[in-house]
Amino acid sequence: MLQLLWLIPLLPLAGFAVNGLLGARFLPRRAVALVGCGSVLAAFVLSAGAVRELAGGRFAQTLFEWLPMGQTPGGSDLTVSWGYALDPLSAVMILVVTGIGFLIHVYSIGYMEHESKGGFARFFAYLNLFMAMMLTLVLGASLPVVFVGWEGVGLCSYLLIGFWYDRMFDEKAKMSCADAGRKAFLTNRVGDVGFVLGMLILFGATGTLDIQGILEGAGSIDPWWCGAAALLLFLGACGKSAQIPLYVWLPDAMAGPTPVSALIHAATMVTAGVYVTCRMAPLYLHAPDAMLVVAVVGGLTALFAAIIGIAQDDIKKILAYSTVSQLGYMMLAAGAGAFSASVFHLMTHAFFKALLFLGAGSVIHAMAGEQDIRRMGGLRRHLPITHLTFLFAVLAIAGIPPFAGFFSKDEILAGVLRAGGESGSPIALALWAVGILTAAITAFYMTRLYLLVFTGAPRMTEETRHHLHESPAAMTLPLIVLAVGSALAGFLGVPEFIGGLPNYLEHYLAPVFGAAAGVAEHAQGTAALSEQAAMGIALLASLAGIVGAWAVYRRGPLAAGAGAAAPGGLTRVVKNRFYVDEAIDAVVLAPYRGLCRVAAAFDERIVDRLVNSVGGAVDLASQLGRLAQTGYVRNYAFVFFVGTIAVLIFVLQ
Amino acid sequence: MMPPHYFLLVAALLFAIGCVGVLIRRNAIVILMCIELMLNAVNLTFAAFANESQSMTGHVFVFFVMTVAAAEAAVGLAIVIALFRRRRTTDVDDASLLRW
Repeated sequence: MLQLLWLIPLLPLAGFAVNGLLGARFLPRRAVALVGCGSVLAAFVLSAGAVRELAGGRFAQTLFEWLPMGQTPGGSDLTVSWGYALDPLSAVMILVVTGIGFLIHVYSIGYMEHESKGGFARFFAYLNLFMAMMLTLVLGASLPVVFVGWEGVGLCSYLLIGFWYDRMFDEKAKMSCADAGRKAFLTNRVGDVGFVLGMLILFGATGTLDIQGILEGAGSIDPWWCGAAALLLFLGACGKSAQIPLYVWLPDAMAGPTPVSALIHAATMVTAGVYVTCRMAPLYLHAPDAMLVVAVVGGLTALFAAIIGIAQDDIKKILAYSTVSQLGYMMLAAGAGAFSASVFHLMTHAFFKALLFLGAGSVIHAMAGEQDIRRMGGLRRHLPITHLTFLFAVLAIAGIPPFAGFFSKDEILAGVLRAGGESGSPIALALWAVGILTAAITAFYMTRLYLLVFTGAPRMTEETRHHLHESPAAMTLPLIVLAVGSALAGFLGVPEFIGGLPNYLEHYLAPVFGAAAGVAEHAQGTAALSEQAAMGIALLASLAGIVGAWAVYRRGPLAAGAGAAAPGGLTRVVKNRFYVDEAIDAVVLAPYRGLCRVAAAFDERIVDRLVNSVGGAVDLASQLGRLAQTGYVRNYAFVFFVGTIAVLIFVLQ
Repeated sequence: MMPPHYFLLVAALLFAIGCVGVLIRRNAIVILMCIELMLNAVNLTFAAFANESQSMTGHVFVFFVMTVAAAEAAVGLAIVIALFRRRRTTDVDDASLLRW
């Protein structure tokens, strides 16, 4: 099975080719769905077999010489091979990507049933292409291969956000779905510049682009360059994983169909930045300042996005900000050196956030497209399966034991605390407090979401209420599977001090994060608080959030007047997402547009005028020339005679 | 035997008359007649030189020119008739549709 590693990204790619080329015209819906889901299922089976055979080791496979560019002046060999590598970290990733990806593919069959046949085939073709690119990203053995996957998932994200390119997404801001796709794509470009520059610095410093080679040589890189490369790679990760300041695209990415939000903008693609950061862990360990930046940015993002999440009314926007916030958590863990906690949270988050999005999709499906939670309520009775699975996910993300989110969140907070204990820096303790605060806020807004959607009196129109129905089996089955995952995935990483179960995931990932794990072990005793106390505080914070939300929202949404009782700016500021989009517009986009206007004026007034005057000169010459064309044969004959005589004189002379 | 330049002088005169006629007359039939005049001036030249150099080549050419002239007259007259049917005129200045 391990030898078939190359087949794992290739299978979804083949599915993309079949559905993309033949799907719309020659294949029935059933066949499109079968190819789309079947290729991913096959990839999942292959992944499971390969991971089983890997047994915690490392396996690399070189397929062909991709870019034979020869020697650099410095003497390093710049030949990039197309190769894949499987180690415990990428093993966890491919299982999450193909497993959850398969469930979301199945769900899409139900969710996209009202789509036209062409749209149905196009959707599955894009999803399959995304799977292929994501697997390339995760399995790539050298940075350029990873980068191909990195850009490929960005492309698919763009295509799928703009899937309904002819629809409006945000009437108020006059933003169409196609605009939202463009925004995501362009924002990611900013980060990609960082990724490419970081890659080049690493090549310059170590003379190789192979990830293993870079990580082995990381220790001998000049610290300054090491920090620069780490920060530039982190800029790329900020774009992909929606961290401050490049997070603005993710909430607008909700313009895509809900399965896309679940697959790309919650479970897999947005974790690519976290994955790359963890993949380059040894590099970051040699650049402590860069680590600090990662942790601070992650912590701030987690808190900031969670606060915005409180005041949103669109069910998908709430989940989007929640995703940004949880990604911030993962970055915080990576920055604190708790890489395996970061990957653990990545995995549990993939389960419960995919479940939340798919549950939201089921709600939207039942509500005939309505996304505003102020017009929902009381859905518990109408959507029993969706309700129960959604509740599981809410408990998981709120951090209630024994659901998955509790363990992973706790491990992150413990990791941050350990980092603080080791370095004794107040920043780490502050970040820990931020993490606790974020946990409370997360529990608050998720409870608010749950209460407003599923409990209380129905607030939708009579017509919508009659239309309410539980979703088809293709949608509810993935929900149930994910709910089981959200409930149980946490047991893969039970902290050592609780006992009973070993911390499977940390042991499994230990070969990859060996150095980091050593640091963690070493610092165990010096933490400021005992792990038990820290866990108790985190749990109390979550409970406080839940109780608070229950107290405020159990009777339905706040009436417009009541919520703004202090019409003071704070509510409005939070509701308007701290005006970050507006600020970016004013600071970055407005000067850019001004520059564009200057360039356009230069183009029209000078370049165009120059080109036009060349044309004008030719025109003028032609006007003169056409005077000779009298149209009288007589005149032509006269010229002819004169010419003949001239030639004769010349010849006979 | 007459010296050839007498023939050549007559031929040049005929050619010049034909040439001027083509250039200044507007009636299509007259223009065609002037072209015949020029062709026959050339024929005279051919015959004169053939006689002078005791060669048959010039005589043969005269026959070719006559054949071509006959064909040309047939086509030319057909065009003139077609033009007259459409326009009720044989004035070449009126047939200037292809002018810019």
